[in-house]
Amino acid sequence: MPMNLPPVTDLIAQLAKQMRPHITPATVLVGIHTGGVWAAEVLHAALGLTTPLASIDVSYHRDDHHLGNGLKSGGRASHLPDNVEGAHLVLVDDVLYTGRTIRAALNEIFDYGRPAKVEYAVLIDRGGRELPVAATYCAHAVVVPASQSLDLQRSDAGQLSFSLSEK
Amino acid sequence: MHPLTRQLNPQFNTHGELIHLLSIEDLSRDILHAILDRAEPFTAVAEREVKKVPLLRGKSVFNLFFENSTRTRTTFEIAAKRLSADVINLNINTSSAAKGESLLDTVDNLAAMQADMFVVRHASSGAPYLIAQHLAAIGSKHIHVVNAGDGRHSHPTQGLLDMYTIRHYKRDFTQLTVAVVGDVLHSRVARSQLHALAILGVPEIRLVGPKTLLPSYAAQMIENAPLRICHDIGEGLRGADVVMTLRLQNERMNGALLPSTQEYFKSYGLTPEKLALAKPDAIVMHPGPMNRGVEIDSTVADGRQAVILPQVTFGIAVRMAVMSMLAGTSGGSAQ
Repeated sequence: MPMNLPPVTDLIAQLAKQMRPHITPATVLVGIHTGGVWAAEVLHAALGLTTPLASIDVSYHRDDHHLGNGLKSGGRASHLPDNVEGAHLVLVDDVLYTGRTIRAALNEIFDYGRPAKVEYAVLIDRGGRELPVAATYCAHAVVVPASQSLDLQRSDAGQLSFSLSEK
Repeated sequence: MHPLTRQLNPQFNTHGELIHLLSIEDLSRDILHAILDRAEPFTAVAEREVKKVPLLRGKSVFNLFFENSTRTRTTFEIAAKRLSADVINLNINTSSAAKGESLLDTVDNLAAMQADMFVVRHASSGAPYLIAQHLAAIGSKHIHVVNAGDGRHSHPTQGLLDMYTIRHYKRDFTQLTVAVVGDVLHSRVARSQLHALAILGVPEIRLVGPKTLLPSYAAQMIENAPLRICHDIGEGLRGADVVMTLRLQNERMNGALLPSTQEYFKSYGLTPEKLALAKPDAIVMHPGPMNRGVEIDSTVADGRQAVILPQVTFGIAVRMAVMSMLAGTSGGSAQ
């Protein structure tokens, strides 16, 4: 575990604690592919939500296609609730960095309708923002140099952990 | 791929990325699957509140149809618009080409209008290659070319949408028996289908039709493909998983290769009785436009095994996949 990050299970428990006073029976968690979906699955269980877990792929709204590095893997379909109109959504992601993913995620959501409220929950805020974005709920903040990438990984047994590597 | 092949093949840039789609024949199995994989989520775009994704926002796509086609042009136009591109349809019959402007002069003019992509249909085989090579020569490598059918040579997006359809219903190509019925030798659609089927590992491909349309050398029309010629339709359809019918072109009648359409229907038209020889879950495909009562019976065309309309719907997603993939690559050597 790099830089003494708390275990992912602790981070998720921390998020659940922050979110619990604010969620309603109609709140829908939306995991952002891929790490955010893994985190959202655990968070969904921890919060005991009865609304189905949603997922979102932001590939189509990324801003770097012209740089030749967009849509390499092809993208996946998003699975949002049938009625996004008027919904309370909480976007869930593993790492908040430049903020560009959230910009893309909001665009993707609004292609499906106009939610009443969108919030944002993240396990780790690593700094380095390039857009005016802030998390509504954040379990841990740490500064990671731009030369390194911080990624959530899932083992075959389903264990979540963060890995830090040089780019 | 051998470096020299890559250099000579205008479909790829020096990184081996696809920058034009001109033909299926020198694409790898991985690239074909990558295109089909990418098409899958695009099928869901039409179900959104906003039926658009911004992958080609601000790009200008020119449809250059030197030969008539309603369906192909329309589906390319829808695909480009769902990717948020601006689409310009050039009706060549009433444009400068009719006044005598050469193909490459037309291309130069459109390049000067800051085009980003050409979708080209032409009656001459190789016309899209000529355009792609010319664009490289004039330093307009950033303009991508998609072949929408050239002469008797190739119709790669049709071949790809057919593969998407087969994969959707049958999943695994490597266990299939596919029958292609009709004027295979002269059909650009069939040529693209056969290349794709062979690349994807289909172990048995039967070409079904009369001797006049399918001489014995037709079995060698695609290198290294497991082609088998069947002049008897019963032999061709027996146990098939996929039946791909082709449109019988009127020119074949004029060329005296066939006695009459009625005669053709009697021997090779796909009727429920003939289809019953194929596997019970066999799917029936047709690239359109159909001649009912010539190559296919109405009962079959409208029957439960026909997947002809899904082919059209999948065609939009596949064209979106191709256009978004090309637009995501750069034509130059490095950027």
